[in-house]
Order: sequence, then C-alpha cells, then structure tokens
Amino acid sequence: MATRRIVVVGNGMVGHHFLDTLVGAKTGDLITVIGEEPRPAYDRVHLSEVFSGRSPEELAMGSRKMYSDWGVEAHFGDPVVRIERAAKRVVTGSGRTFAYDRLVLATGSYPFVPPVPGADNERCLTYRTIDDLGAIKAAAKGSSIGVVVGGGLLGLECANALQNLGLETHVVEFAPGLMGVQLDDGGSSMLRSKIEALGVRVHTGMNTQAITGGSACALQMEFADGTRLDTDMIVFSAGIRPQDALARDAELAVGERGGIVIDYKCKTSDSDIFAIGECALFGGRIYGLVAPGYRMAEVVAGQLAGEAVTFQGADMSTKLKLLGVDVGSIGDAHCRTEGALSYVYSDGREACYKKLVTSADSSRLLGAVLVGDCSDYDTLLQYFLNDMALPADPQALILPASGDRPQLGVAALPATATICSCHNVTKGDVVACIDAGSVSLADVKSTTRASTGCGGCSAMLKNLFDDELTARGVTVDRSLCEHFSHTRQELYHLVMLGEIHSFEELLQKHGRGRGCEICKPAVASILAALWNDHVLDRRHVGLQDTNDNFLANMQKDGTYSVVPRVAGGEITPAKLSVLGAVASKYQLYTKITGGQRIDLFGARLEQLPAIWQELIDAGFETGHAYGKALRTVKSCVGSTWCRYGVQDSVGMAIRLENRYKGLRAPHKIKSGVSGCTRECAEAQSKDFGVIATENGWNLYVGGNGGMKPRHADLFAADLDDDTLIRYIDRFLMFYIRTADRLQRTSVWLDNLEGGIGYLRAVVIDDSLGLAAELEQQMAHIIGTYACEWRATLADPDKLKRFRQFVNSDESDSGVVFIQEREQIRPARPEERLRLVAVSE
Amino acid sequence: MTALERSAWVVVCERQDLVAGGGVCALLGNEQVALFYLPQEDCEVYALANRDPIGKANVLSRGIVGDIGGQLVVASPLYKQHFSLESGVCLEDERIRIPVYAVRLDGDSVLLAQP
Ligand code: SRM
Ligand SMILES: Cc1cc2nc3c(=O)[nH]c(=O)nc-3n(C[C@H](O)[C@H](O)[C@H](O)COP(=O)(O)OP(=O)(O)OC[C@H]3O[C@@H](n4cnc5c(N)ncnc54)[C@H](O)[C@@H]3O)c2cc1C
Ligand code: SF4
Ligand code: FES
Repeated sequence: MATRRIVVVGNGMVGHHFLDTLVGAKTGDLITVIGEEPRPAYDRVHLSEVFSGRSPEELAMGSRKMYSDWGVEAHFGDPVVRIERAAKRVVTGSGRTFAYDRLVLATGSYPFVPPVPGADNERCLTYRTIDDLGAIKAAAKGSSIGVVVGGGLLGLECANALQNLGLETHVVEFAPGLMGVQLDDGGSSMLRSKIEALGVRVHTGMNTQAITGGSACALQMEFADGTRLDTDMIVFSAGIRPQDALARDAELAVGERGGIVIDYKCKTSDSDIFAIGECALFGGRIYGLVAPGYRMAEVVAGQLAGEAVTFQGADMSTKLKLLGVDVGSIGDAHCRTEGALSYVYSDGREACYKKLVTSADSSRLLGAVLVGDCSDYDTLLQYFLNDMALPADPQALILPASGDRPQLGVAALPATATICSCHNVTKGDVVACIDAGSVSLADVKSTTRASTGCGGCSAMLKNLFDDELTARGVTVDRSLCEHFSHTRQELYHLVMLGEIHSFEELLQKHGRGRGCEICKPAVASILAALWNDHVLDRRHVGLQDTNDNFLANMQKDGTYSVVPRVAGGEITPAKLSVLGAVASKYQLYTKITGGQRIDLFGARLEQLPAIWQELIDAGFETGHAYGKALRTVKSCVGSTWCRYGVQDSVGMAIRLENRYKGLRAPHKIKSGVSGCTRECAEAQSKDFGVIATENGWNLYVGGNGGMKPRHADLFAADLDDDTLIRYIDRFLMFYIRTADRLQRTSVWLDNLEGGIGYLRAVVIDDSLGLAAELEQQMAHIIGTYACEWRATLADPDKLKRFRQFVNSDESDSGVVFIQEREQIRPARPEERLRLVAVSE
Repeated sequence: MTALERSAWVVVCERQDLVAGGGVCALLGNEQVALFYLPQEDCEVYALANRDPIGKANVLSRGIVGDIGGQLVVASPLYKQHFSLESGVCLEDERIRIPVYAVRLDGDSVLLAQP
C-alpha cells in the first residue's frame, strides 16, 4: 500500500500539538502542514507576555528545523483557499496543490468585530496574532488613550497590555458585568473593583453605535445612551468566531452560528476530513481554550495510529491572572443547576471573593468562582472533576485557613482524577502502569509521560506512586537513584562506619554502574559532612553539583555570581568600599541579596580566581552561596542600638554564622537572630532561629521560607549562650545524619516520626545516647574549617580548571551583556542576534 | 599513524589538561568542544558540542558525567537534561541531538578531527 498522505491546514497551537503527537506515534505517514501565518506555531496563550518584555521568539513552539527533523513538510505564509473533496486535494493562495488521503483542519478562529459604522478605521485593531501585537504597539506609540471593546477574558488581557504600554485604558463592555461567561455577579463586581483600583476605567452596559473621527483624539465612540468617549485607538476583543470558511465552501456541515461540525472521533461530515481546535464544533459547542483542542489533536493522531480513542467533551474551568488579579472559574459558576445551593465568602478588605455551588444535599461540588485568591482552585477542581463527596462543612473549603482545613490526599482521589494535565495522565493510568509491573518512578514517568512537561505535578505523582506501592505491601523503593539502592541516610552510615573516603570506593562496595548527577553530589555532601576534605580535590571534583564545581553560582548565560560572607549582615565601610571597587574593576552587576549580603554577578569562569584573590586580600572569605551548606545567619540590630532590644542579636548572629560556616548538609541551612519578640530578623522562617528574651534565648527549629513556607516550632526557651549552641550543634548534626537528599529541616521535621517531641528527646534528653558523638563531629567540622576559595587560590592544580578553554585564553563569545539601569545584564536572545548582526 | 592521516586531526591539548571523571572545554577553530575524560571507559575521551541547546549557554563541559540505563551521559549543569556522550542525543527529548566530535588519544596528546 502506498504511504498515507496527511495534510494539516493551520499551524496554530492545536495544529502543532497534532504534528507532535502524530510524529511521536511513528505511523510512517507522509505529513504536510500548511499555515497562513508567516511563522511556525507559537504559544498564543502567552502572547500578552510580549508586552511585558518577553520576545516573540521565546513563544515559538515549532520551527522549520524541528519540522524538517521530524520529516514533516511545512509551508508558511500561504493559506489554503480551497478544498477539492472529489479530487482529494487542497489548493493554496499561491496556486500550489497538495493531495491528501486524510485532511486535518486546524484553522482556529478569528476575532469578532461588531458591525459598527467606522469599525474599519485603521486605528481599530484586533488581537490574536504576533502580527497584531506589532500593530497594537505601533498604534500605541502615538496614542495616549486606548479602548478595549469587550470585557471578557481576552479583552481584559488586552487592557492589561494597553496599560503596560502606558495608555489611559478603558474597557467597554456590552453586558452588565465583566467576564460574564465565567463569573457570577459577585465575582464580576469584585473583579471590577480590583481592576478599577489599578487605574483601568470600566464601562459596562454600553452599546457602541458608531466610531467617527474625533477632534480631541483621533477617534470618538458614540454609545446608544447618547454618551461619547474620546480615544486614540480601539482594540476589538468582543469574542471569537470559528475559522470555518474553507469547510463552508466545501459544503461540509457547519453549525448555525459557525464552527465545523465534528463527531466524537473529530470527523467532519466527510469521513476523510477531521477538524480540531477552535474551528471545530462539538456537541453544539466551540471550545475556546487550548487544552480541549489538544485533546482533539490526540484523538485524531491516536486514530491515525490505529487506536480506538474518542473525544468526550472537555472541562472549561479556567484559572488565570488578569492585571495581577487571580481569577478562577469552575463548572456551574452561575448556580443554574436546579436546586443547587451556593456558599459565598467575600472579604472587602482583602478584596477576595469565593463562591461554591453545590448539589441540593451539599454533597457534590457543581461549580466555583474565585476572585482575588486562587489558592483553593486545585483542590476544588479535583472535587468537581471527580464528583467526589464534599466534607460535611463545604464552606470550610473557602473560609480563611483555620488550621485544620480539609486537605485532599492522593489516596482519596478517584481513578479518573487528572494527575498530570500537560500529558493528560490520570491516577488510573499511573495505577495501571504500576499494575503492569513498573517498580520505579522513572519507569512510570517514561511509560505514562506524567511529569515530563511543566513538572508541576511531580510532587503529586511521587506521593501517588509511594502510596500505591505501600498499599500493595511493597516496600517503597527509596533508592537514591539507579546506582544505589540505599537512602541518603543509609549511605551516610555506610560511609561513616566503613570509613569510606571516595565516591569510587562507595560505588564499588555498595553501588553499581558509574553514578550520575543525583548520587554524585549527594555522596560528595556526605563525604564533606564527615571528613571535610576540600570539595575540589581531584578525587571529589567530578562529583560536585553545578555551583560547587567552581565555588560560585552559575547564572543563565554560564557566567557566575560571587558572594563573600558578611556574617550577620554586619560590614565595615572599608569592606563595603572593597566590594564596590572589585565590582567596578571587573564590571560586575551588584545587588543586595535577600540574605543580608551582596552578590556580584556576571563573572566569567576565568575571572573568578582574580576576583577572589582581591576579596581575600581585603579580608573576605567565601560565603558558600553555592553550597548545600550554611548560608546566612540574618540579624536585626538588637540591644546595641535598638530601644527595644534585650540581647545582642548581631553578636550572636555573627558567632553562629562563624561557627557553622562551611558546614555541608543535605540541603542549605539558614538562620536568623532577633533581638526581641518584634522579630525583625524573621528568625521563625529559618531552619534554626533564635529570638532574644529577658532571660536568654528562645530556639526555634524547622522554619522555611521559599516554595512552601513553614513557621519554625519553638524548641526550647530561655537558654543561656552555651546551652543554645550545644543544642544547635546536636540538632544540626542529627539533621545531617538522618535527612533525605535535598530535604530542608522543615520537611525533615514534618516527616520525623515522633515529631518535635522526639527531636527534643534526642537533643535535650539524649535519649539515643548520641549527644556526645554529635557534638564531637561538629567540633571536627568546625576545627577543620578552611575557606574553600583561599585553599583553591593556593593550589595551582585546582586553579587550572578555572579557564574557559584548555587550549586558548579567549573567553566565551556566547556571553553578551547589555547595559540597564547603569549596570550590566545578560542579553536576551533577540538582543544577542541584533548585537551580533551589528558587529559583523 | 601516517602523516597524511594525522593532518586531518588537530592536537587540542594534552592528557594532563583533562580532568578525570569530568569535562573541560577546547576551541576547535571557532567551535567550543566539551572533552570528557573517563579513564576507565573504552574510549577514554568523549567529545560533544559545549553548547547546551536547552539552556542556551556554552556550559556542557561543566556538567556531571555518569550513566543512565547503561548509557554514558553528561547532565547539563543548567537544567540537568542528559546528553549521550556517544550519540549526542538528549535522553529527555530524543528529537534534540547535539554534535559529536571524533576524538582520540595519541600517546598523551588529545586529538580532535577537523570537521
Ligand atoms: C541571590 C538570592 C536572591 C537575591 O538576589 O536576593 C537567591 C538566589 C538564588 N536562590 Fe534563593 N536566593 C536568595 C535568598 C533566598 C531566600 C531569603 C533568605 O535567605 O532569607 C529564600 C527563602 C528562605 C528559605 O530558603 O527558607 C530563598 C529560597 C530559595 C529556594 C527555595 C527553598 C525552599 O526550601 O523552598 C531555592 C530553590 C532551592 O534551594 O531548591 C532557591 C534557589 C536559589 C538559586 C540558587 C537558584 C539557582 O539555582 O540559581 C539562586 C542562586 C543565585 C545566585 O547565583 O546567587 N532560593 N532564597 C538570595 C541569596 C541570599 C544569600 O545572601 O545567600
Ligand atoms: C491573547 C490570547 C490569550 C489566550 N489565553 C488563553 C488561556 O489563558 N488559556 C487557554 O486555554 N486559551 C487561551 N487562548 C486561546 C488559545 O490561544 C486557543 O484556544 C488556541 O490557540 C487554539 O488553537 P488552534 O490551533 O485551534 O487555533 P490557532 O492557534 O488560532 O491556530 C490556527 C492557525 O491556522 C491558521 N489558518 C487559518 N486558516 C487557514 C487557512 N485557510 N490555511 C492555512 N492556515 C490557516 C491561522 O492563521 C492560525 O495560525 C488565548 C488566545 C489569545 C488570542
Ligand atoms: S526567587 Fe527565583 S528568580 Fe528570584 S533569585 Fe530566587 S530562585 Fe532566582
Ligand atoms: S502537569 Fe505534569 S508535567 Fe505539567
């Protein structure tokens, strides 16, 4: 049989996803894609980010090169103008013809412009493509006022863009409220007040009658109620219409109000022609979101690969950020279901509005509206999508956190629950994969593709995986990686008891293979915590993670940042001047960090030794900003200066920072010392925090800022200096011995059986009889401390690695800087292209 | 090796410039080539383009080397994708493949083939 020819019309987001999926299915078809726009597919959903600085190139999804690598023939900038169904071919604007065996229409939609006289003025624009963006930017240049017609999702996004371009921005909406499709009246008016507070003027219930040339501004809009509005430009964003002209002319079935009719196989009325994405009408409905379009694309690709897959409709719940305001809408937002109940929580001061719509017996979630705070969206969506029984007091789900708010664990989720939305993987898929014999998370990932997209679902996937294995009575495989079937804690003990001093030795005795970027740095950290050799010693150097590898933090362009230690945040004017002088000399970007010290960015690999030599000569030492090690001990000014301080918090912070500097751990460690209960050093957000009292110090442990903030727990009160330090020594060493790889103290403590009570028993009461050993080990680390940079500078063998090329003194030509606010920054891709073009 | 054979190859550095169990970068004309020295392996030296096509920076020589499912790889120091030292294929996305260079040791000299 001859190879099947598949022609795709339209290379938008859905068309691209179709190509991606079909190529991945390796059907051996001859694939051609024809796009009207001059460029390959790009991410339309994030189009607005171009207004806030992202380059259009960064939105690219497909490229000519990618398609040719895939073996797909691609043509751009030449629309298909006719389908000749009898001859089974399509004809393009430039007269080329392409024969097909199967045709896929992915032509998307176009913006609807209401038939108002004057709407064809050249200052009246629409917003859908990269080219539209250019036109809007150009028009905005000579404008001071801009109007967006349409107060829906896209209209508000567009208003945001005009606002970013510096225009006085108005939104004109025909309906009585904003985002009427997704929000109820309460949500809509909360959104309105939030948006107005940002300076956007909102006019609802306005019927535009005509657009004329104005005198004050370029244009004047006239409304049915007789009012007028002067403006320099107008962007129509009053809804979309499916791009179905081709199908109409070819006499395929189309809906009354447009859209190419498809069945559950995404077939049109001609069984050799499919339609997917925003041009398709399924069950009387156009799906104006990208995810349903992706599902359709997968359905068609699946069928072409011989699978029996169907499209079952899709959920239209949405979560977005408009003008910085969180908005979420789920299911029946308007409470239209017969007998439905609604629960509303509205807080005018915090400007947040939340509504639940439940079944009459309040056991099932039918819909929800969230404005101002979307943190509950994921949980609510799971209840809704999976038709799960709600807790007895559904209102608790939206009331401000009261501590014991119901949490949704993975075990409670039904098989249909989506775990990974990027690849549409359900809990059932994961369970089936484990049933079929997958015993490692890596297996599950590669079989289901879950967690290989944005990565947002990786924690949930891991929980589910562990849960399932435990439920099957399988001991969960806590192997570090494919090279060691041990946990970090077990490896720690093997290294300690076996007195192992190198990775090779450990691998030979207890592992297999050659190691990888997971086990190597983990073992390097264990070796450092136990023996404290220099991390760049020949036998350890290949183990070090990105930043440890050159004792500096790698930045996005391959340059490094330099952070000298400024213990407790206290610095003399003379040292401050040195930082200024070094930064000027090497033209580094300087910034105050969130850790009370100064970061110098943009150092090239080969410059690091010279920079550090100057810093060390001036009395600085390394700050370990690169290491899983003690970072900073923040301080507040304390009793020395502050009229409320009760102890010398700066003195204590410096003492602690100098004591634990260089200590390697499973993850980084941060601390803070506050001089009184006002807590200006934020000690309660630290791994260990110290707060002064009239009688001494309170010690807190297990705090965390970052991704999942956790307040530290009070561990012991009113300690004297020596006891405080003894407890911290023991606490830190116990953590280092027992924590998992990359586990901060917060997560470690949460997972520690017996919790804080057990920890107190070990540290304070010495219930394991370990206290002396822990202190001794800490004393060894403190006693063997050496500034890693000073040691490196003294060793020619280590220094040799600090050059870009082994055979040349040139530096990396890929590093290009731009000046901004009187300092350097890495050039963005488009700037780089321009600079290279100019210099050639 | 004959003089003719040798002429297509360029000596870029000596064995002692390499870092056992890790990478360094050499310039070959205008191209940046990452050289990985794995004394226990069959080939001893592996050569890949230094540019990380995902992180878009010239940094692969600074990644950690190891094996995944038996394949020798380097993990990008930026976002940790793995590239096969033998084929240049990215394990996370097989559609991405970076250039591989012919490399060999001649005594203690490291030679790259002129592309
Ligand atoms: C430079 C700095 C931002 C700044 O300009 O202020 C920074 C920069 C980075 N942070 Fe941070 N963090 C900085 C203060 C913080 C703080 C604030 C603080 O320390 O008081 C936090 C929250 C507090 C906390 O950790 O509990 C913070 C929470 C994180 C996290 C999240 C950790 C977590 O447990 O959730 C990461 C990611 C990680 O470690 O996995 C991170 C990771 C990073 C990395 C390493 C990201 C990376 O891999 O490149 C950045 C290194 C940049 C560099 O080259 O130095 N950074 N980072 C701050 C350096 C402080 C210093 O002097 O050492
Ligand atoms: C500013 C903006 C923000 C958005 N935000 C979100 C969001 O947050 N979440 C969300 O889910 N969705 C969002 N969307 C909607 C999302 O972009 C669409 O659902 C998605 O792009 C639909 O994909 P598609 O491939 O069907 O259509 P499109 O991406 O429009 O692609 C269709 C392509 O076909 C081409 N074409 C048309 N006719 C022909 C022809 N005859 N011959 C050749 N080519 C042709 C068109 O030029 C176009 O390139 C947003 C849209 C916009 C404009
Ligand atoms: S918050 Fe994110 S972007 Fe900012 S420094 Fe920390 S890691 Fe980098
Ligand atoms: S949600 Fe799973 S990878 Fe994005």
